[in-house]
Amino acid sequence: MAAIETFALGKTYLAGFLRKRPKIALKPLTLTVPEGEVFGYLGPNGAGKTTTLKLLMGLVFPSGGSAKILGRDWRDPAVRVNIGFLPEQPYFYDYLTASELLDYYAQLSGLAASQRRRRIGEMLARVGLPEAGHTQLRKFSKGMLQRVGIAQAIIHDPKLIFLDEPMSGLDPIGRREVRDLIQSLKDEGKTVFFSTHILSDAEALCDRVAVLHKGELRGIGVVQDLLARFSGNVEIIWDGAAALPALQALGCECHPTGETIRAVLAQDQLDAAIDAIRRAHGRLMSITPVRASLEDYFLEKLNDTPVEVAR
Amino acid sequence: MINRISAISFNTFREAVRDRVLYNLIFFALLLVAAALLFGQISIGIERIVLINLGLTAVSIFGIVIAIFIGIGLVSKEMDKRTLYTVLARPVRRWEFILGKFFGLVGTLVVNTIFMAIGFFAALLYLVHHFQRSDTYLLVAIYFIVLQFVIVTAVALLFSSFSSPLLSAVFAFALYIIGTFAEDLRAFAALAHGPAGWIPTAAAYLVPNFSALNVISSVAHGESVARTLIAYNTGYALLYAAAATSAAALIFEHRNLK
Repeated sequence: MAAIETFALGKTYLAGFLRKRPKIALKPLTLTVPEGEVFGYLGPNGAGKTTTLKLLMGLVFPSGGSAKILGRDWRDPAVRVNIGFLPEQPYFYDYLTASELLDYYAQLSGLAASQRRRRIGEMLARVGLPEAGHTQLRKFSKGMLQRVGIAQAIIHDPKLIFLDEPMSGLDPIGRREVRDLIQSLKDEGKTVFFSTHILSDAEALCDRVAVLHKGELRGIGVVQDLLARFSGNVEIIWDGAAALPALQALGCECHPTGETIRAVLAQDQLDAAIDAIRRAHGRLMSITPVRASLEDYFLEKLNDTPVEVAR
Repeated sequence: MINRISAISFNTFREAVRDRVLYNLIFFALLLVAAALLFGQISIGIERIVLINLGLTAVSIFGIVIAIFIGIGLVSKEMDKRTLYTVLARPVRRWEFILGKFFGLVGTLVVNTIFMAIGFFAALLYLVHHFQRSDTYLLVAIYFIVLQFVIVTAVALLFSSFSSPLLSAVFAFALYIIGTFAEDLRAFAALAHGPAGWIPTAAAYLVPNFSALNVISSVAHGESVARTLIAYNTGYALLYAAAATSAAALIFEHRNLK
């Protein structure tokens, strides 16, 4: 069963004071996220990531389309028993202690008192705040609030967790901890849908990613496949400018710095390039495979206009 | 459903009791009751009447101020601070949220009123040294004050569901003031005939009738309160609050949370 299915889900706001003009926040979006997957929802600021999450959470109403979450209509409140949600830059009731906050949310999710007591301790320990249960949230740092935010999203042991920019505002240690936490959720078989513009996080965690730009889905695919598409190049560095014309003739992109030249070329051109350098009596210094990154795919998709078929 | 509404109510109550502003208001209300005691002592022969009038009016006014100032932020504050997102992402229906907020604030006001009433009766006992049989009607007057709070809370919640806190405060205060003159408005409407009378008649029946809920002056003079009035006022306040809260829920049900 698919954890999330959207069918041409879109949102248009009316902006302006006197003359209201339509402003498209999300163009009709159709995508499917299977259960057990960590799905990265990528896009620059203002791409429509938060709008999508708000639509799926029922916080805003769509201008068109529909969605299914865990096989049920997304507007059905009963489906939210199995959903956890961390909004972007979360703010919580600062007059509550961390334990009180988690107890409140657990109660809203229908957990019994005995379950709540057990889960609160477990969750605080899991997010690295075992001693902070009785501290008011107004005394928490931003990183601590983010951790409490994650704890509230999983306090009721949901099957599907939505995280909106979960790493934003965190220091490197905090980011690493959140990353480990998402990985552990994946290991437990949970479906995680998280939006981010930090591509290294998405690359490290996601099974699949979608790229959104200006409210439009620009691409979607399996991370490993996308990385494979952009790999296969090698970087070669040598001393000796005499070989430069021969490599340029091969169509390589060359960057000379004095006598030292750096070139990036396709794997199948490597032998020809090495031969050319030897013939020109150049001194080979290094040959390094170029590691593909999600950034390449992301940047390509931002410049694209057509939408790839959702898988 | 009941669990979710009671959780939201309790959280609303907890937020109010942890707010220092509330204690300042209660302190000023009790200070005014104490001032009433002083006024009573310099009003020869009518000490009791002055104390009851000023004391209960203080309880009423400060309660209304609390109801409006907390009520107008019940929904809008949760929207502005986005605390609502994590609540509505759970199996909470929007009308349950509104109802929880309503009961939470009404609960807060009832507890406040109990404390202020204790202060008032302590002042009365200090002044007259013993209670009379007619003093039981003071409890009815306080009960009517609580009914006013129930209506004002519902009205503030209604405004809070669609407008900014500032506008909500203006609307709620305006409606409260108009409502205190509801009987005069009805008398004026009765004088007008034809289409010219329709608007004042509609307005007179649309605004909450706070004048019927104000028996402070009569109980201060030891007059009794008819049981039919108690029943009528209870029914009226509950129906009015139910209508306003339902309207708030209906509006909130269709709001996009930006």
